[in-house]
Amino acid sequence: MDILVTQVFNGLSGGSILLLAALGLALTFGQMGVINMAHGEFMMAGAYTAYVCQQLLGSAGVSLLVSLPVAFLVGGLLGVVLEATLLRRMYHRPLDTLLVTWGVSLILQQLARDLFGTAGVDVAAPAWLSGPVEILGFAFPRSRLFILVLAVVAVIAVTLVLKLTPLGRRIRATVQNRRLAESAGISTRRTDMLTFFIGSGLAGIAGVALTLMGSISSNLGTSYIVDAFLVVIIGGIGQIKGAVIAAFVLGVAQSWIEYSTSASIAKVIVFALVVAFLQFRPQGIFQVRTRSLV
Amino acid sequence: MTRPRARRSLVTAAFLSLGLALTACGSRVDDAGGGAAAESCVDTAGSSVKIGFLNSRSGTMAISENTVFNSLQMAADQINASGGVLGKQLTVVAEDGASEPTVFAEKATKLIQSDCVAAVFGGWTSSSRKAMLPVFESNDALLFYPVQYEGLESSKNIFYTGATTNQQIVPALDYLKEKGVTSLFLVGSDYVFPQTANKIIKAYAAANGIEIKGEEYAPLGHTDFSTIVAKVRDAGAGAVFNTLNGDSNVAFFKEYKNLGLTPASMPVLSVSIAEEEVGGIGVDNIVGQPVAWNYYQTIDSPENKKFVEEFKTTYGPTKVTSDPMEAAYTSLFLWKGMVEKAKSFAVPDIQAAAGGVSFDAPEGTVTVNGDNHHIAKTALIGKIGPDGLIYTDWSSGAPIEPDPYLKTYPWAGSLSG
Amino acid sequence: MSVLRSRYVVGIGFLVAAVLLFAVAPALLSTFRLGLLGKYLCYAMVAVGIGLAWGRGGMLTLGQGVFFGIGAYLMAMHLKLADAGPGAVPDFMALISSEGVPWWWEPFRSGIVTVLAILLLPTLLAVILGQATFRRKVRGAYFAILSQALAAAFAILLIGNPVATGGSTGLNNFKGFFGFSLRDPANRQMLYFIAAGALLVMLVVARQLMVSRFGELLVACRDGEERVRFLGYDPATVKTVAFAVAGTMAGVGGALFVPIVGIISPNDVGVVPSIGLLIGVAIGGRTTLAGPVLGAIAVAWAETSLSEQFPSGWTYAQGLLFMLVVAFLPGGLASLVTWRRRSGTVEPPTASTPEPEPAPAGGVQA
Repeated sequence: MDILVTQVFNGLSGGSILLLAALGLALTFGQMGVINMAHGEFMMAGAYTAYVCQQLLGSAGVSLLVSLPVAFLVGGLLGVVLEATLLRRMYHRPLDTLLVTWGVSLILQQLARDLFGTAGVDVAAPAWLSGPVEILGFAFPRSRLFILVLAVVAVIAVTLVLKLTPLGRRIRATVQNRRLAESAGISTRRTDMLTFFIGSGLAGIAGVALTLMGSISSNLGTSYIVDAFLVVIIGGIGQIKGAVIAAFVLGVAQSWIEYSTSASIAKVIVFALVVAFLQFRPQGIFQVRTRSLV
Repeated sequence: MTRPRARRSLVTAAFLSLGLALTACGSRVDDAGGGAAAESCVDTAGSSVKIGFLNSRSGTMAISENTVFNSLQMAADQINASGGVLGKQLTVVAEDGASEPTVFAEKATKLIQSDCVAAVFGGWTSSSRKAMLPVFESNDALLFYPVQYEGLESSKNIFYTGATTNQQIVPALDYLKEKGVTSLFLVGSDYVFPQTANKIIKAYAAANGIEIKGEEYAPLGHTDFSTIVAKVRDAGAGAVFNTLNGDSNVAFFKEYKNLGLTPASMPVLSVSIAEEEVGGIGVDNIVGQPVAWNYYQTIDSPENKKFVEEFKTTYGPTKVTSDPMEAAYTSLFLWKGMVEKAKSFAVPDIQAAAGGVSFDAPEGTVTVNGDNHHIAKTALIGKIGPDGLIYTDWSSGAPIEPDPYLKTYPWAGSLSG
Repeated sequence: MSVLRSRYVVGIGFLVAAVLLFAVAPALLSTFRLGLLGKYLCYAMVAVGIGLAWGRGGMLTLGQGVFFGIGAYLMAMHLKLADAGPGAVPDFMALISSEGVPWWWEPFRSGIVTVLAILLLPTLLAVILGQATFRRKVRGAYFAILSQALAAAFAILLIGNPVATGGSTGLNNFKGFFGFSLRDPANRQMLYFIAAGALLVMLVVARQLMVSRFGELLVACRDGEERVRFLGYDPATVKTVAFAVAGTMAGVGGALFVPIVGIISPNDVGVVPSIGLLIGVAIGGRTTLAGPVLGAIAVAWAETSLSEQFPSGWTYAQGLLFMLVVAFLPGGLASLVTWRRRSGTVEPPTASTPEPEPAPAGGVQA
């Protein structure tokens, strides 16, 4: 029973981290077909933002709360710059965006090494987030609960933006039929840029969350990017709810297999399951019915 | 049509390469000597002599290896300022190992064959050392390796100036046993050092009545330790023996603290966390945990005071010194001692003269063992203080003779076979 | 296509390459530098395959390191077993395990079995993967990311089984190559010649495939897969064949890498090196025959010489190359030198576009 609760929680927690990492990707990949390999480095930028905030502000609690919106801005701006300078000219060849953004990620990593040093830095967790909290006799780490809540809030926020705001309507229109949206007077360029801003900003927030879990160094992004893309692929392109389900399924699967085998084997098995799954549903959990020939 | 033409050129190409390959055949494996080993091209005629530094300046290991490179550079500058070696100034050729074993092997070859250096200093991971070992053996060149490692190795072409297992892991186990620990949980990264170290730990435990409650490995760079730490907590061992490497330590210790585990409830003894790693992990997350090394910045001796001061003057007041840096610094002076004793830069002369060469290092006096090319060192168990530095908690008292194959330990009989 | 059609240009180019590789390079370079060139040639072999699969077939494969690695590890296993002698256990295995040689190592004591396996196993894996993905119409970004995850899983598997694969150190310390001592410079030159010969053979094969009906079909699959299907062909088979050929070439490249470089480790086959292999292809010109080869050699050479001087400079250079070449010169350097003589038939650089991304229509839904 103990193990059951702990492992389900660890799975959900791992899933929530994956979800934060993949949510922005689901937006940018979903809407524009851009495969942004630098997404992981946007997360890294968010993590370093949290570090800088803490160095400037001192107090761990305040700086964490301040760094969330600041990291959103930093990630978002990085995204907008990338979109406006490079990706904009490449929408007709989405596969190449993968390589271009890979180059960007290499540069950002090296930049982080040159700016902050090769050694990792530490962001201290505020007192109200360190240690475990007892719920029904089980000890849950506060920081993991915080990330879980953060992920849920982020999903709800993105959903509300897409459903209720004018921007959300424009995004959905552009995704469903770019040409028709244009002829209806929607500036798809502006919409693209805003989508990229939000997606990359979410990466920044994910980066802040990760400072509670692990090391902050130049290779922070590379540890998450492959898994995040798997989440998007399993979830189905352009599907927020798909990404949510996929992230939690992957998280729980990883932690359960890891408990009964080892961390290395678990990664390999999870990958094999993903390939097997795509055999049955090549378009992910949620398939979008269209008349296009796919 | 293009077909016949292309087929003809295909056949031509195949024959061409086959023919050339056959005419170029050299000696067979079983020929005496296995082919001529490359002649040494080291130039000692001039007023200077070249040495090579081979550290990862890029990639995941750059975090640690840059500091080793810095202290090597400082040692070379000091030697040059005091007149060089045998009256010759040292010219440093620095290469980047890029944290990849293959690159280490390639760059080592370059340093030996192309740059003709008299000796190479560097390497960090066991993978990098194992990748370089055949290069140095086949070219009959010298490598000075400055990091503690898993033992069970001894090459006449390598001098190991870091600790071998009986100078670090075995004393650490003695320390835990002295403290009354009766059960252990082993956590390590999934590669050769932790696996070999844990093999030794298990042999020691079996002979000393210590129960091993679990053994977990995480892939290098693994970031989610929730499951592993949950297993550690549920196993309820007396202590954790940690051989994790690099970034994984950060995630592990943050998770450890998040689950409410403390040095008092279940200490984690680490063998890969030195002063410079503490900052990245966060002092709060690791304060009070024991580590095992042979050198700490806080050692109180005139040699160490000078070493720390010079390092801070050269590289900045916030820099810390650590065991591998000190071992690298020492290695250059030991090489100098060997060369001066042999009065020669030639590899066979140095090998013959090496035994008994000693140096008053920052960690204390160290002496080279001429048989296994390791050095006698004092083992120190330290505790991480609230200022991020490490303070000696227990000492072996005298230098321990290196015994890489643990031949003098009856419980280790099955290991070296 | 003009370059490919002008038979004389190809013939002359082939001849020049042969002279450079077999006469000029060995005469000018030291044993050490010749060994480095041999390593670059191994990467170039992988690049020929990538050019075929990605440039011609539109399959962006980020997992060529897997095929490279299978070829390399098979060769390394054989060399380790041969060094140990009949029935004996290789040195690294004895160090960490007392259980002896795993059963699946045993067949590779035989040189013939090893060579056959090097040729067949990567091919077979590519066919299986190709059938599994292309039949289900997994393509574009999906295929790219799956192949990348495959490379990640492969590296983890290698590191996680140190008894069988040497873990993160990989396999090294080879004494002989099919009986020939690897310490002898004459034998090292022989290895270089074998690599050069293998590369030339691959170039001929690739050219044959490109100018054949199959080559036309492959390009057609890249540019309009559905239309190919409507014409009665099976795009999955066409793409699988190209992917398999690319896998074979990578496998052979890996197998020759081992005796030339003297080590194979998971660092040489994971995600990062797999993508690194693409940059040379992109720079040289992915759709051309010679572009990927020249690009791969040039990039590998630049990496060696740049990283000797500026360790961190190379990372910036690599990043910038990816960014600028792919974004602004998608045809690679080849597009600058391509004869514009028959501009009517010259491929526009952007023809490497796969068909419009399977429209993410239906859109972002909450």
